[in-house]
Amino acid sequence: MTKPKLAVWKFSSCDGCQLTLLDCEDELLDIAGAIDIAHFLEATSEIKGGPYDISLVEGSITTPHDRERIQEIRKNSKVLITIGACATAGGIQSLRNFADVEAFTSAVYAHPEYISTLAKSDAIADHVQVDFELRGCPVSKHQLLELITATLAGRIPRVPKVSQCVECKLSGTVCVMVAHGTPCLGPVTQAGCGNLCPSHGRGCYGCFGPKENPNPPALSAHLADLGMAPKQVRDFYRSFNAGAPAFAEESKSHE
Amino acid sequence: MPDAKGASFLLDSPGPLVDALRRQGWRVIGPKLGQGAIVYEEIESAADLPRGLTDEQEGGHYRLREGDPDRWFDYVVGPQNWKKWLFPARQKLWSAERSKDGFSVESHEDEWPKTAIFGARACEIAAIEVQDRVFDNGDFADSGYTKRRAGMLIVAVQCARSAATCFCASMNTGPRAEAGFDVALTELETGGFLVECGSDAGAAVLDGLELADASAAQQQAGEAVSHKAAAEQTRTMPANVESVLRDNLDHPRWEEVAERCLSCANCTLACPTCFCSDVEEVNDLSGDHAERWRVWDSCFSLDFSYIHGGAVRRSTLSRYRQWMTHKLSSWHDQFGTSGCVGCGRCIAWCPVGIDITEEAGAIAAEPLAQEV
Repeated sequence: MTKPKLAVWKFSSCDGCQLTLLDCEDELLDIAGAIDIAHFLEATSEIKGGPYDISLVEGSITTPHDRERIQEIRKNSKVLITIGACATAGGIQSLRNFADVEAFTSAVYAHPEYISTLAKSDAIADHVQVDFELRGCPVSKHQLLELITATLAGRIPRVPKVSQCVECKLSGTVCVMVAHGTPCLGPVTQAGCGNLCPSHGRGCYGCFGPKENPNPPALSAHLADLGMAPKQVRDFYRSFNAGAPAFAEESKSHE
Repeated sequence: MPDAKGASFLLDSPGPLVDALRRQGWRVIGPKLGQGAIVYEEIESAADLPRGLTDEQEGGHYRLREGDPDRWFDYVVGPQNWKKWLFPARQKLWSAERSKDGFSVESHEDEWPKTAIFGARACEIAAIEVQDRVFDNGDFADSGYTKRRAGMLIVAVQCARSAATCFCASMNTGPRAEAGFDVALTELETGGFLVECGSDAGAAVLDGLELADASAAQQQAGEAVSHKAAAEQTRTMPANVESVLRDNLDHPRWEEVAERCLSCANCTLACPTCFCSDVEEVNDLSGDHAERWRVWDSCFSLDFSYIHGGAVRRSTLSRYRQWMTHKLSSWHDQFGTSGCVGCGRCIAWCPVGIDITEEAGAIAAEPLAQEV
């Protein structure tokens, strides 16, 4: 059996999600043994042409060039999987979606006419068909391995879309919001990080984006009860997944 | 010497009892201060108990407070419950290895040293009995659960106070545990403990402790502690909740509560009787090694009701209604009891403080007209 060809692509992003793949130190040799890494610039300068069996896409669409390049990648990929908050929701750079980009470029650059950028930072799925989305800022190493393992085995990856609270409860982590009054996005955020922040006494920052059928307005009402001003509530939803529709819509209702 | 169950004695502090259990080879799991709450972990001596602490609870609100430094058990139930130990959140069931001529499967059960749970409250003992009926119903027995349950001793603590979220009195599960324990402690207002022996196993543990016999007045003082705790309870479950929910599946209140519900699953995971689980298969990259794990699940997740073609309970309304009607109504049809023991955890640990007694009360107060 020939090994499946894997390509890893980068758009507007910090490279952290690709780095998670390299961070699979114990499993990296097994991965390299099971798949043919054909295009992965962060790991190797050796480039093989397409088509590719699996494409992992990191980053968001922010320029006209990005918009064209993702179409080519889609055409050359049997399975296209997006990894991380930038690729699945537009990333932290989707804060521009709530502002005037032209005002930014003219304030920052001496010659804004050289800047070729889009008014919004988009998720990859806004432009092409995506077969699977892996959330997180960055993605979880555990979920990335599960994704690769499941894809190679031909089964659906086990990536639950339940709330962050489920991870806290399964791990025995005491709810930081109920027991300490710490504002937390856990009840509207998808699980996956391994309850990193709550297990260290911090509220969830929503790195994994909205959970399945989230109810941000109900949470926001409680955040206000905990003493958050409307602007703070707005900004709470505007971080790595600011562009995710459920978070974007909720943040706008606190402007 | 305590040679009979039903006998009552006096003890100055819980210390000698914890020591006796450990001397007799019991692992002791009890209340401990952890993450700013009372959690259930292994304790080595009475010094590990969160003496002097009390709690303040309301919908979506739990805080520990400094109380009388001499009191041992003035807090009530916290975020965790004993199912954490009896029905663990993650259990490996089996593993499989691929070989040249097929594959082999090896079943797995975690070790369970004989374990004393120290400080179980009446509602918690009632919850364990509810789960007993789920995991061993005569036709079916969960081997892991029954093994853990058989190797277990229960030291009850009779609640001396109630939190605002408690409603065990209206569920007839507390605050005084009348049975289901091996030993029960009541912390008396005058200090010291009334010790009740509930079983032969309890008598064996008490054997060797220097215990004075309790007088009739002291036994009455123990009962009075429970009466006081019961009188403090402000929340109640409507007595007709089983039929009222069954008859009001289309009540507008379900829509109203669904507006507030986060469908985050906290209520089910904090509940000491919720028993739903999922099984997940994992394999390594080579595909030569696979494992099956059982993991807590919740009726608030979309995948929970996934059948061929999709999930049948897509809306939060349908999931909240499923949880509450099962817990308070159809549980009777299935297991012969209510699935609720009145511990109030689903109220306190709901991030937005949805109150099951208030929701049931609202429907009971204005039920839909029934077709004759």
